[in-house]
Amino acid sequence: MGMWLFLFTELLLFGGMFLLYSVYRFQYADEFHLAAKELNTIMGAFNTAVLLTSSLTMVLAIIALQRDQKTLSILMQLITIFLALFFLVNKYFEWTAKFHHGIYPGSEQLLSKSSGEILFFGLYYVMTGLHGVHVIVGMFLIAVMTRMTRKDIITKDSYVRLENAGLYWHLVDIIWIFLFPLFYLIT
Amino acid sequence: MAVDAAAIKTNGHEPSYLEFKGKHSGILGWILSTDHKRIGILYLISLAIFFLVGVTFGFLMRLELISPGRTIMDPQTYNSIFTLHGVIMIFLFVVPGIPAVFGNFVLPILIGAKDVAFPRINLMSWYMYVIGGLLAIIAILLPGGPADTGWTFYVPYSVRTNTNVIVALIAAFVLGFSSILTGLNFVTTVHRLRAPGMTWFKMPLSVWSLYSTAWVQVLATPIIGITLLLVAVERWFGVGIFDPALGGDPVLYQHLFWIYSHPAVYIMILPAMGVVSEIIPVFARRTIFGYKFIAFSSIAIALFGSLVWAHHMFTVGMSDTGQFIFSLLTMLVAIPSAIKVFNWVATLYKGSIDLATPLLFVLAFIFLFTIGGLTGVMQGILSIDMQVHDTSFIVAHFHYVMFGGTGFGFFAAMHYWFPKMFGRMYNRKLAKTYFWFLFIGFNVLYFPMFIMGWLGMPRRYYDYLPEFHSYHFISTIGSWILVAGMLMMVYNIVHSIWKGKVVTEKNVWGGETLEWQIDTPPIHENFVNIPEIEADPYQYKMNEEELEKQEVR
Repeated sequence: MGMWLFLFTELLLFGGMFLLYSVYRFQYADEFHLAAKELNTIMGAFNTAVLLTSSLTMVLAIIALQRDQKTLSILMQLITIFLALFFLVNKYFEWTAKFHHGIYPGSEQLLSKSSGEILFFGLYYVMTGLHGVHVIVGMFLIAVMTRMTRKDIITKDSYVRLENAGLYWHLVDIIWIFLFPLFYLIT
Repeated sequence: MAVDAAAIKTNGHEPSYLEFKGKHSGILGWILSTDHKRIGILYLISLAIFFLVGVTFGFLMRLELISPGRTIMDPQTYNSIFTLHGVIMIFLFVVPGIPAVFGNFVLPILIGAKDVAFPRINLMSWYMYVIGGLLAIIAILLPGGPADTGWTFYVPYSVRTNTNVIVALIAAFVLGFSSILTGLNFVTTVHRLRAPGMTWFKMPLSVWSLYSTAWVQVLATPIIGITLLLVAVERWFGVGIFDPALGGDPVLYQHLFWIYSHPAVYIMILPAMGVVSEIIPVFARRTIFGYKFIAFSSIAIALFGSLVWAHHMFTVGMSDTGQFIFSLLTMLVAIPSAIKVFNWVATLYKGSIDLATPLLFVLAFIFLFTIGGLTGVMQGILSIDMQVHDTSFIVAHFHYVMFGGTGFGFFAAMHYWFPKMFGRMYNRKLAKTYFWFLFIGFNVLYFPMFIMGWLGMPRRYYDYLPEFHSYHFISTIGSWILVAGMLMMVYNIVHSIWKGKVVTEKNVWGGETLEWQIDTPPIHENFVNIPEIEADPYQYKMNEEELEKQEVR
């Protein structure tokens, strides 16, 4: 129950930013439209698929543990971590590409654009950045779980912690599913 | 295990939580302890230190304002000092105050649990509290100087000033985290760990108020977290979000800020109301009047309180409809608050009142909170708010609510649970003496602010026109009386912890709730056997029997 409540607070954390996004989108509808075209939809879609798959492997890890297949569970957790890393690397390329085009907070090129576009990219960096931080935290969390599984602290009969980590990971996934259409698809 | 000396000293069962030997000993036994009672004491100590720092800043500020022009400091220092006074008092004292100290100490006992739901997270939130507090202090010492934005960190100034705003923001963020964790812990504890037989309507009223507070903490704090973080990001990377130069909207910052900070006001006052509902029946020797009304009004306050944030912004430009709605909602909050006050007074009516120190503080609470509450309704009225907005009228109002309400509620709780916490009694005569110092000093300090605010004295100003001199002068005299009372209180509490008269009886005040049925001070896990609850809280049978006897005669 504690974990559910915590996830609730996390949702609210992002909720504040979604609120900002919607207000500014309403204010600068056309400029947001223009700015969203700059983002690479294919890369975003690819990353969505990666993250969704990682959610699946996390569930598989929990199921495997429930069926007392310790090695399989550990393997699945490791795959989850790997996919998360993959997501981040992808994100890194995406960000650096933007940087090369001179679009980063405070850059001259960005400041010369209209204020709606500045806001769009500001929100883009902050929201995906914060999401990225959550991905890193999630990776760390799952790594701890893997270690605990290996040491038999998490077992068939006591897998609440793994389940909680899983819940957290699904949340990270869900938030991305909201971020993706908001920034990449609605143009 | 053989019975040792310590065990005999504490009613023969087990050593008290103060003497309990866990995995660690000495100071480590405290700062690594997951016992909710020890964590409560840790909070008490750290909170008291920050409170005294905050008092010092407030005192200096008042001293500066004793006469027009420069008295003891320059304007920049003054700006920093009122910012720090605000940040420390709000984020480090009134918001965590009662839930962190007394909530931690008594909540699990009141519902018959051995500890909170997540003892380790509980300890972690104390650490976050301390880290946040230290960061706030580091922000003072770093080059660049302490933040000078006021505790509200309004943009665009907070993005542009050269002072250490980021550190202060992060401090507030960390403290928010600590607050969320405490809230989360309490909600889960109340849901999961109630003793068998303790149904929702058999819970003591302070549990109800702590429970509704915890919900507000969980729901509102993330918003301020993200808002402050966004300001920090804006400063760091120049991301445009609120800065109008980059297309942002500073009014949105205010909205997001008050979406948290107004509910936070109820995080501050609700636990104090719980304490009051707890203390009054004990010293009036009567069952609380309207138990369910008080319980539900806690929830109602939490609910309505979350919907009124924009009344802080009547003057920044909003649609007329918006202003009307927020004005109406603001006045609605007064209804559940008034329900509580009437129920408390009704409980006192025809009670056999024992004017002990905790009750004195409670009566002062009712008096001051009523003044604060009614002036709050005044500000909910649009036309009046336009007149008094950002004047010292507002300062007086929120000090009556927060200091007069939460502060006095905190003192009441401290004097009420002190014997249970430490197994010693404070000097009761001295306590009554400084109560009057505090009460009189408080009114002399803040009441003139109502008058001068009404006449147009703006808040936060370093200098003022000569016609306000006499009010400021009286106000500063009041601060001296208040501080004198405060010093006496600190002396009494600290001295009594070590040297006070030893109390071993379980039930010092004749209370009916669970904490008075266990050892003084409580043993490590509170209960030898988890009690089964059958009756309602606040059953003053003794009193009823006496009344019957009188009627028979």
